[in-house]
Amino acid sequence: MSLKIENLHANIGDREILKGLNLEIPKGEVHAIMGKNGSGKSTLAKVMAGHPDYEVSIGQVLLDGLNLFEMEEPDQRARTGLFVAFQYPMEVPGVTIANFIRAALQARLPEGEELDAVEYYHHLYEKMDMLKIDRKFTSRAVNEGFSGGEKKRCEILQMAMLNPVYAVLDETDSGLDIDALRIVSEGVNAMRGPERGLLVITHYQRLLDYIVPDVVHVMVDGRIVMSGDKTLAHKLEAEGYDWVEKEILQQA
Amino acid sequence: METKPDLNIDRSIGDFHYDVDYEFDAGIGLSEKTIDYICDVKKDPDWIREFRKEALRKFNSMPMPTNWASHDLDNIVFQNIRYYLSQGTEPKRSWDDVPEDVKRTFERLGIPEQERKFLAGVEAQFDSEAAYSNIKAAVGEQGVIFVGSTEGLHKHPEIFKKWFGKVIPTGDNKFSALNSAVFSGGSFIYIPPGVKVKHPLQAYFRINAENFGQFERTLIIADEGSEVMYMEGCTAPKFETSTLHSAVVELVALKGAKIQYITVQNWSANVFNLVTKRGLAHEEAEIKWIDCNIGSRLTMKYPGVIMKGRKARGEVISIALAGDGQHQDTGAKMVHAADETTSNIVSKSISLGSGRSTYRGLVQIGRHLKGCKNNTECDALLINTESRTDTYPAITVRGKENACQHEASVSKISAEQIFYMQQRGISKAAAMSLAVNGFVNDLVQQFPMEYSVELKRLIDLEMEGSVG
Ligand SMILES: Nc1ncnc2c1ncn2[C@@H]1O[C@H](COP(=O)(O)OP(=O)(O)OP(=O)(O)O)[C@@H](O)[C@H]1O
Ligand SMILES: [Mg+2]
Repeated sequence: MSLKIENLHANIGDREILKGLNLEIPKGEVHAIMGKNGSGKSTLAKVMAGHPDYEVSIGQVLLDGLNLFEMEEPDQRARTGLFVAFQYPMEVPGVTIANFIRAALQARLPEGEELDAVEYYHHLYEKMDMLKIDRKFTSRAVNEGFSGGEKKRCEILQMAMLNPVYAVLDETDSGLDIDALRIVSEGVNAMRGPERGLLVITHYQRLLDYIVPDVVHVMVDGRIVMSGDKTLAHKLEAEGYDWVEKEILQQA
Repeated sequence: METKPDLNIDRSIGDFHYDVDYEFDAGIGLSEKTIDYICDVKKDPDWIREFRKEALRKFNSMPMPTNWASHDLDNIVFQNIRYYLSQGTEPKRSWDDVPEDVKRTFERLGIPEQERKFLAGVEAQFDSEAAYSNIKAAVGEQGVIFVGSTEGLHKHPEIFKKWFGKVIPTGDNKFSALNSAVFSGGSFIYIPPGVKVKHPLQAYFRINAENFGQFERTLIIADEGSEVMYMEGCTAPKFETSTLHSAVVELVALKGAKIQYITVQNWSANVFNLVTKRGLAHEEAEIKWIDCNIGSRLTMKYPGVIMKGRKARGEVISIALAGDGQHQDTGAKMVHAADETTSNIVSKSISLGSGRSTYRGLVQIGRHLKGCKNNTECDALLINTESRTDTYPAITVRGKENACQHEASVSKISAEQIFYMQQRGISKAAAMSLAVNGFVNDLVQQFPMEYSVELKRLIDLEMEGSVG
């Protein structure tokens, strides 16, 4: 059981961004991707989720053996168990957090079944308390006027409520203050377990101090070029990406 | 938390019709003969016959308002329309008398059990005459008159004649002239002084014949210090050829009276819906139009209030949803004609696909007046890039001691936002419904509960349809 990305090529317009990407995240593990700006990390998350701007030319993504690209609509992929905490979460004017998450949960119920409202709010408040999000936020429009850090916290709240099988966290640490980083990381760690796989995209070691990864991958120009254990992240933090590129050149 | 009941209105409701045995049918086309026919069948008094003929002359002499309005109006072929059609001239008295096929129509419309009970006190127009009309005993005891327009003019000529055509003169516009020529159906309501009607008065009506225009005429008079809420809802079956609906609604609120007029319309995509609605508010009176327009090929509707007496209040709350290929041309007219009058306009429009919404507002405050206030808010929501919206606010405020406030906004639901919502597992249609419902939510809350539920449901259906 895993989230398996095989030889993935994707382009936007006629520009290829993912150029044969291979990556497997077994259920129960936490993997991290690091890589320079523009290397294609967010693109990977969006392509898997089914963003309409990107076109997949070759390759597949298997979620516990199910081919995500056979699912036309992004919501089908989401209900199959994929969640993306976005680097830049969208504002949804007029739709409150409470109604939004509720609609997302309702969408997972069989036809004709209604979400129990009392239970729902109980559950929602529990997760909000865990992430130290003020309960007043339930009646605010999704991400509208949220600070950068509030948006990221709200993404994790959604993840906690929707209970995905695999989640991609795209730079969830950026924008979080020191305390928030710890709180959010604790929230993410609470979701680690044998039933879930996590892919954490980040530029900084400090997140990986909290959410310790099983495997660290380095992404360069639309491919995973190097993988290692958590010490790889330390080396990157200390030395940057130049040596990675040199090493690849030598290998080639 | 919502504990509102689910109405289960079927998407297919707009797509059916039953065979009706039309006892009275004026045939196709419009001439003096058509009017004589209508007058004969309805046994109209002579002054109405004359009124209708004069209106026909005005209608024929007035140009189409295509100098400012949509050229789509030119596609209406007046000679192909059937102007009068009746299921029998006498309104039916009790539920048992209502024909089976009419009942079946109500069933298909998805009017819930809860509301069917309501129908005991309802004026429901089926085609051009009221197929069912029964005033709730309690309302009758209070001296309230709630009848069809024909019965109103026959049985209560003294009140009827005093106000009929006074708020909206025949020649106000081409379509009010048309309505004045061929009107049938609609309600006549009179609320005696000081009577506060607890239950909203309701009327359901619908179009049920090809090429058949519906020209109902409603006149509501709220005498001094009285209060009434009137609710109107329509849904029409779909036909190949265009259908014309052109109503005239006149409201008169005498000193200190309050009238709320609520409309939820869900027309099929081939209907031209060209409606003139205006109220006259006397001293300290209040008239509020709550108007929701969904569907139709072209809707032109600008409910208005003439604030004639000191401290009169006018309000228009409107929601318009223009789906693919539809044009909602709506707005409000506020004429301040006395000191310390206040008006409020809140308009929200949603355009989907190639749908188009236009807001036209007109606010007039005369130079000699003092202490008048108007507030106008108009917000548009565009879903996907093809949609367009236009705003034409015309605010004429003269005189230094009056205040006017105007706010407008346009927001967009982009493909990116829909994607974000879909990534959470919400279907595209549900995502659009969420966004639209969120956008109109504050206005929907002003509707009575059963209407707000229906409205939410209609929005959901419209979104499902637009995703296809
Ligand atoms: N809509 C678009 N149009 C054109 N180019 C795009 C578009 N979206 C992404 N790109 C390009 O694709 C490349 C990869 O972008 P992506 O956002 O995946 O990078 P990233 O690795 O997430 O970077 P960062 O670390 O800065 O978040 C970039 O060069 C970017 O400019
Ligand atoms: Mg990125």
